[in-house]
Amino acid sequence: MKHVIVGAGPAGVVAAETIRKLDPSAEVTIIGNEPEPPYSRMAIPYLLIDNIEEEGTYLRKEETHFSDSAINVVVDTVVSVDPGAHSLALGSGKNMEYDKLLIASGSTPISPPIPGIDNPRVTSCWTLDDARKITSGIKPGAPVVLIGAGFIGCIILEALVSAGANLTVVEMGNRMVPRMLDETCGTLLEKWCKEKGVNVMTSSQVEAIEDASDNVRVKISGNREVEAELVISAAGVRANAGFLEGSGVEMSNGAVVIDEYMCSSVADIYAAGDVACGRDFSTGEYSVQAIQPTAVDHGRAAASNMVDHGAVRHQGSVLMNVLDTMGLISASYGQWEGIKGGDTATLVDKDNFRYLQLQFDGDRLIGANTLGMTQHIGVLRGLVQGRFHLGNWKNRLMDNPLLVMEAYLAATQGIQA
Amino acid sequence: MLRSLNIDPEKCTGCLQCEMACSYENEGVFNPAKSRIKVFTFHDEGRFVPYTCTQCDEAWCLHACPVEAIKMNRETGAMEVSDSVCVGCKVCTIACPFGTVNYNQDTGKVVKCDLCGGDPKCATACPTDAITYVDANATGLDKMRAWAAKTDNAASA
Amino acid sequence: MSWTKKILRVNLTEGSVNVEPLNMEWASQYIGQRGLATRYMFEETDPQCDALGPDNKLMFATGPLTGTMASTGGRYSVITKSPLTGAIACSNSGGFFGAELKSAGWDMIIFEGKSPSPVMLNIINDKVELLPADDLWGKSVWETDKLIHEKANDPQTRVAAVGRSAEAGCLYSAIINDLHRAAGRSGVGTVMASKNLKAVSVRGTKGVGNIKDPARFLASTSEQKQVLAENAVTGQGLPAMGTQVLMNVINEVGALPSRNMQDVQFSEANNISAEAMLEPRESDGKANLTTNAACFGCTIACGRISTIDKTHFSVENKPEYWGNSGGLEYEAAWAMGADTGVGDLDALTYTNFICNEDGMDPITFGATVAAAMELFEKGAITTEHTGGMELKFGSAEALTWCVDVVATGEGFGADLGLGSKRLCEKFGDPDLSMTVKGQEFPAYDPRGIQGMGLTYATSNRGACHLRSYTVASEVLGIPEKTDPLVTDGKAGLVKAFQDATAAVDSMGLCVFTTFAWTLDNMAPQIDAACEGDWTVDRLLEAGERIWNLEREYNNRAGLTGADDTLPPRLLKDAAKTGPAEGKVCGLDEMLPEYYGLRGWTTDGQLTDDVRQKFSLPA
Repeated sequence: MKHVIVGAGPAGVVAAETIRKLDPSAEVTIIGNEPEPPYSRMAIPYLLIDNIEEEGTYLRKEETHFSDSAINVVVDTVVSVDPGAHSLALGSGKNMEYDKLLIASGSTPISPPIPGIDNPRVTSCWTLDDARKITSGIKPGAPVVLIGAGFIGCIILEALVSAGANLTVVEMGNRMVPRMLDETCGTLLEKWCKEKGVNVMTSSQVEAIEDASDNVRVKISGNREVEAELVISAAGVRANAGFLEGSGVEMSNGAVVIDEYMCSSVADIYAAGDVACGRDFSTGEYSVQAIQPTAVDHGRAAASNMVDHGAVRHQGSVLMNVLDTMGLISASYGQWEGIKGGDTATLVDKDNFRYLQLQFDGDRLIGANTLGMTQHIGVLRGLVQGRFHLGNWKNRLMDNPLLVMEAYLAATQGIQA
Repeated sequence: MLRSLNIDPEKCTGCLQCEMACSYENEGVFNPAKSRIKVFTFHDEGRFVPYTCTQCDEAWCLHACPVEAIKMNRETGAMEVSDSVCVGCKVCTIACPFGTVNYNQDTGKVVKCDLCGGDPKCATACPTDAITYVDANATGLDKMRAWAAKTDNAASA
Repeated sequence: MSWTKKILRVNLTEGSVNVEPLNMEWASQYIGQRGLATRYMFEETDPQCDALGPDNKLMFATGPLTGTMASTGGRYSVITKSPLTGAIACSNSGGFFGAELKSAGWDMIIFEGKSPSPVMLNIINDKVELLPADDLWGKSVWETDKLIHEKANDPQTRVAAVGRSAEAGCLYSAIINDLHRAAGRSGVGTVMASKNLKAVSVRGTKGVGNIKDPARFLASTSEQKQVLAENAVTGQGLPAMGTQVLMNVINEVGALPSRNMQDVQFSEANNISAEAMLEPRESDGKANLTTNAACFGCTIACGRISTIDKTHFSVENKPEYWGNSGGLEYEAAWAMGADTGVGDLDALTYTNFICNEDGMDPITFGATVAAAMELFEKGAITTEHTGGMELKFGSAEALTWCVDVVATGEGFGADLGLGSKRLCEKFGDPDLSMTVKGQEFPAYDPRGIQGMGLTYATSNRGACHLRSYTVASEVLGIPEKTDPLVTDGKAGLVKAFQDATAAVDSMGLCVFTTFAWTLDNMAPQIDAACEGDWTVDRLLEAGERIWNLEREYNNRAGLTGADDTLPPRLLKDAAKTGPAEGKVCGLDEMLPEYYGLRGWTTDGQLTDDVRQKFSLPA
């Protein structure tokens, strides 16, 4: 059996390893389009602040890991897929045949429709190569504009500030990280960043990027403008699936539609990770989560079904995110925006930049937002995923959301409130 | 033979000797705030519950780690964090549904129970046998593991 | 080492907080906690000062082993001048507050002056601030604890606070930490409230790490924990039964005072004993005792966690008291039960809860109620004074009524809040107060346990069992059995216990370890932890030094040998039943010998020889 995996990110690598474990005789090939060994984008911020070397970002540390596991890693691009012939056309001009194909090609940054976005002083922060460009491009005191205070934008803030950038962040939403944090939380995070000297503009848009003498002039809604030596565009990502055009694989919003066996609309073609529109544990609906744990989750499930279709029914991934913005840690789980008719418990400690918000459906926890918390956070996942009926412990959590760990222990060890 | 921590909350008196033993072994300081095992107190119910990582088979933390910083020690069965590899991304802390991997802001690394390399100091320090280190097959962890299996996305056919 | 070597000085008048280095020369002489804070009191206060005035100081002090893995190493003490006795007060408490304070990086807090308005001190490691506490004033300890936790947003925050009784001026108010552990005796809480200091909250995440020889310390503490585990009292009796294990034992010995010490045995002792706490009750099939519980680092775990029968009259309409909380300890059960003649376990548990909730010393409270009951029976107190309540011996209704009114200081509660000495003086019968230096006796009748008579008479903080617990020797045979009914040899026994206990109280350890440990077991632990050589001899010397300095403080406060006495009832009225039948306490036979052993004058004053021998300050 010949398995081909498009994409060398966590979904692809975990899938390859899982296939190898389940079927020692299978032929497994990963096609990646970057020259480095498979690496983690999650680690890039730590590379930017010099906490690690480039090797520290690699998904697998043993140089011979892939060859030892008989996993072929090929650097190439995929141009198109021919499902009838079970064949891929590669950028190098070669063709590659497959029995089972996994699309794990991830996502790429979108280029927002802003005049001047193609200026050479504008870069994204997505690949190791981007990271190299950014670290070499910032001199102490250099004015830098970051477009987008989303997950990627926030996670590199510390690197930019510690490199000495005089930083302006422009975010369209009315708060920072609007797709992960609620208004109170995102606003608190904004306050945190401002206190650390970052010029944060929310509800703002970059309207144009123009050449100035040495720099670029960044025009911002409300007749504002700032000069910048470097503009970093972090306005979001989209699935990297252009090569599937004409393949007949059903797409939704640019991502591959999959079923509960991680299979696309076309037999023998599976998808996982950022490129896949997978099942959400909380809502049961299919969407792109574009997060590391889901990528791994998908990779394992897809691999199992590629080896033995029907082996694993994917129950859906719990949406979860954790973000470190200049030392302030935030997290979100599941349906953190809450549901109609559900209760919300909140604890706000603005002075100490602490926040905890819990969302309930009846007496079950379905989502949460946290800020400034680092202990026992994972148990929120346990509570969401276990769908525990909390009974009177829900009332206690409404009173004091900090008791989540106690509520979990009570639910699992039968301690009556 | 693999051994694991067996926790019997009924026997716990809440003395925190386990937390001190843990923090001293791992951080060189008697400091419950830095312990990897934690005793939760249910005041109104009159209950104490020691709680730490069960080294679950699912190893959510290990799989969630993007840089292979968490590996299983084959001798002890413990999932161990390699400080030199951990970049501090915290994904494991949100992925562990038991809440037993925590981020240490001082070091920028995550910490979790590693069974002290096969000689867990919490068990040695516990005066009431609420925490014991026993043959893995004989522990009461089965229930917790069963639950973990139930909620494993990729585990049900 | 093992001291953090830093203290906090909080001037409440000015609202200032300053950090000072710990005086390490004093630490080497006085160890820590009780001894060291006494040294600071001696240096910084006028022993003649008004205990409730701004010139008195209030010190929260940990010991060098507090916050370490040494078993029971979680203690702290509150040292001040007592408003109840006029003598030095030192009240020791467990729970988790002391270790948290140490873990925040502080050996001691010295409060001085008086705040113009209610305040609390909030400590988060190095961040220490006085905060307004107007919203907490008028609240019970339990409400205060809840409100502070709501603001702190950290369940691990530890709180020590005073309740409404202290605000109302009750002279035996305690400082309660962790909801039901108490720096209980001598009115240390009253002093705290007099300074407009409502609470101290602390969160410490630094830990205690500066151990001199870690490997030896871990080995030694581990070995000594084993000694506690293998001892019948600390390994079995106390965990299973708590201090209440004593109720039936002391009653058998004929030393369980009852009805304000008119009797030495109590017919209903068994109903309020440890055994009774284990009996399932009719209403819900549960026992009074839910579980035992430990203080920080304690491998004995004698603490009681109990519930009250929901159908009991005291709580039937008060669901807020249906949960678990700190249950009955022996001394409290004796004072509120045996001494008042009340044999109703649930009434005692309720009364105990309220003593914790509003911060009263249950020993003095119970004994004061017992005195009031005797005054009532004699007609000196009437229902006109009480507003209708009949204060009869044995009345559970009267007992629970009393605790409610003392908690708030309302009506007759203000009189009961004076303690028995002032109450009996006020109602014209001072001899009915069962006190020494104004502080009530605990649960051992010195007619049945003679050594305790000398213990009470000479205790530096007024009547107290925790200054030299000769019960260990006279009843339990620890470290060796002596006859409780004889006075011979008791002077030496008392002195030895006093000196050793002063050392124990200064290290950060719990005196209950001494059922199994002697200083031989403690010296290796402190020696491994702390700089300098800590031998048994050095600890004993420090203990004796501490005892003498406390005595010197009291003498300068105006106390003399004449205050080292017992109420006439114990010296003249013989025990009516039990093994001690016909006995009075032979204090006269022991006291002169004791003074001699101490090297004091016949009037109980220190001599220059003693001052020199122990390098006491001038």
